[in-house]
Amino acid sequence: MKILNNPLQARNKEEIFSEEIRQDIDCWIAKYPPEWKQSAVMAALRIMQDDNGGWLTTELMDDVAEYLDMSPIHVYEVATFYSMYELKPVGKHKICICTNIACMINDSDSIVKHLKKKLEIGFGEVTEDGRFSLKEVECLGACGGAPMFQIGRKYYENLTPQVVDSILDGLE
Amino acid sequence: MANEVCFRTLEYLKQPWELEEYKSRGGYEVLTHILKNKVGPSEVVETMKASGLRGRGGAGFPTGLKWSFISRNAPGQKYVVCNSDEGEPGTFKDRDILRYNPHQLIEGMVIAGYAIGATVGYNYIRGEFWEEYERFEAALEQARAAGFLGDNLLGSGFDFQLHSHLGGGAYVCGEETALLESIEGKKGQPRFKPPFPAHFGLYGRPTIINNTESLSSVPVILKEGGEWFKELGVENSGGSKLFSISGNINNPGVFEVPLGTPFSELFELVGGMKDGRKLKAVIPGGCSSPVIPGEQMMDLTMDYDAIQKAGSMLGSGAIVIIDDQQCMVKMLDRMSYFYHEESCGQCTPCREGTGWLWRVVNRIENGKGRQEDLDLLESVCGKIAGRTVCALGDAAAMPVRGMLKYFQEEFQYHIDHKRCMVGAGPTKGLG
Repeated sequence: MKILNNPLQARNKEEIFSEEIRQDIDCWIAKYPPEWKQSAVMAALRIMQDDNGGWLTTELMDDVAEYLDMSPIHVYEVATFYSMYELKPVGKHKICICTNIACMINDSDSIVKHLKKKLEIGFGEVTEDGRFSLKEVECLGACGGAPMFQIGRKYYENLTPQVVDSILDGLE
Repeated sequence: MANEVCFRTLEYLKQPWELEEYKSRGGYEVLTHILKNKVGPSEVVETMKASGLRGRGGAGFPTGLKWSFISRNAPGQKYVVCNSDEGEPGTFKDRDILRYNPHQLIEGMVIAGYAIGATVGYNYIRGEFWEEYERFEAALEQARAAGFLGDNLLGSGFDFQLHSHLGGGAYVCGEETALLESIEGKKGQPRFKPPFPAHFGLYGRPTIINNTESLSSVPVILKEGGEWFKELGVENSGGSKLFSISGNINNPGVFEVPLGTPFSELFELVGGMKDGRKLKAVIPGGCSSPVIPGEQMMDLTMDYDAIQKAGSMLGSGAIVIIDDQQCMVKMLDRMSYFYHEESCGQCTPCREGTGWLWRVVNRIENGKGRQEDLDLLESVCGKIAGRTVCALGDAAAMPVRGMLKYFQEEFQYHIDHKRCMVGAGPTKGLG
């Protein structure tokens, strides 16, 4: 059994993440009071998730815990509470489609149907080639452009099946 | 009379988010004036009180009064926190402030810090708003370089550091104490109040937490005066307000109009219904506010009192316009699923009750409803509302009650005929 955060096995912070990652996380740590390093946990998890192809492993969460001097369970709590953290693999392009009321009124159902048919996957699944995954999300705050989805960090609004096709075909 | 406050620069500028452009329309003049002339912080707070500005995030609590709860001279760190965790379904106004007018928000936050004696601020931006976050970050950089953020601002001796914090996808973090927990690196579960954030806020320190639109209104209020702002609106609803208007309409978007503007005028602004559909009903203040039938809505004005009198809430000013092709059971099914999904799980009535509400509405939607379900829904609502730490429980119950009040016949039809009275088919489980 692996003993987490065992002071006898504690690593230097430099050993935990690459220099680039550390710099990124340290920028966030610097925003908060010195005794509140854990405020950077959400940012650190996001950084690690992006670095790992879009999802978090237990090992990565443990690393974040160690780096921020937090208990692992505390980091797991955060990672499981917020919907943007993924605990299993996702596609290279994670399609997050809103189906909440404003999108629903504007027929997000037809976009969902189109995506499921086109990609041959359901919600929470990844295409065989690993390029796409599909996720149903709650209101993304872009109701004026309903129906809409987010791929990666970008919002796409006023979707129609044709628009969806051209967006997906335009991705790497 | 539109675009007087949060959108005041937008129609004049090509890139209103750029510092130089913002400055060309009077940007940072108010902050400069306050710092150079050492305007009394209590004077700032009094002006905010006189403006009648009520919290634009949805609760409508007077902003000036909130600020006055903090003693400027109390020792130790204090914080200003901006709530840009916009997530109430139907709401998309703060996104436009972040995208198009970030400097006005920054100016408002620095002034807020000056007024309460806080030297650090955080803007909590919902995690999905990455593009808006980058825009805001760029504005922060510009403001720092220009000396509007940092140490000893404009030689006044006043320091103010401002940072953004990105959320991770949780509606409940729009609740102020959940948001503070989230900044502290925890699950976003609301705290019991009291103590209120003014006494025990971020990191246990006195904190004011205001909505993006509220804080962005600050520079204009101080420039034009509290009375001026108040006069824009109507009794008990001072100022103008951003309305996010969505639905099957010709011209959805965010509109800034004075409070008290008739809904019928807004309906014209958005160009009416698309595809020859008819106005059926309106959700006047975000998903949590009870629905109002369209006909009744056409006679209402958009202000706190008028909407409250009609049995609903102005909330965040998110108007969702529902057309005659929409099935209200399906609509409520989706809304109830949302609260069930977003309940933080802390309080049993909400954690369990939102699941009950959704499952019962969902079975009615899918033709498996029972006659006693309508009473059951009412009963579950009564067991959630008012029995939880935060307002998410109430927010889950209110739309259910609103729908049953005005559109019970559609629910009855579903139970009797196992199908919709109107339009589209079931949401979940099928298709």
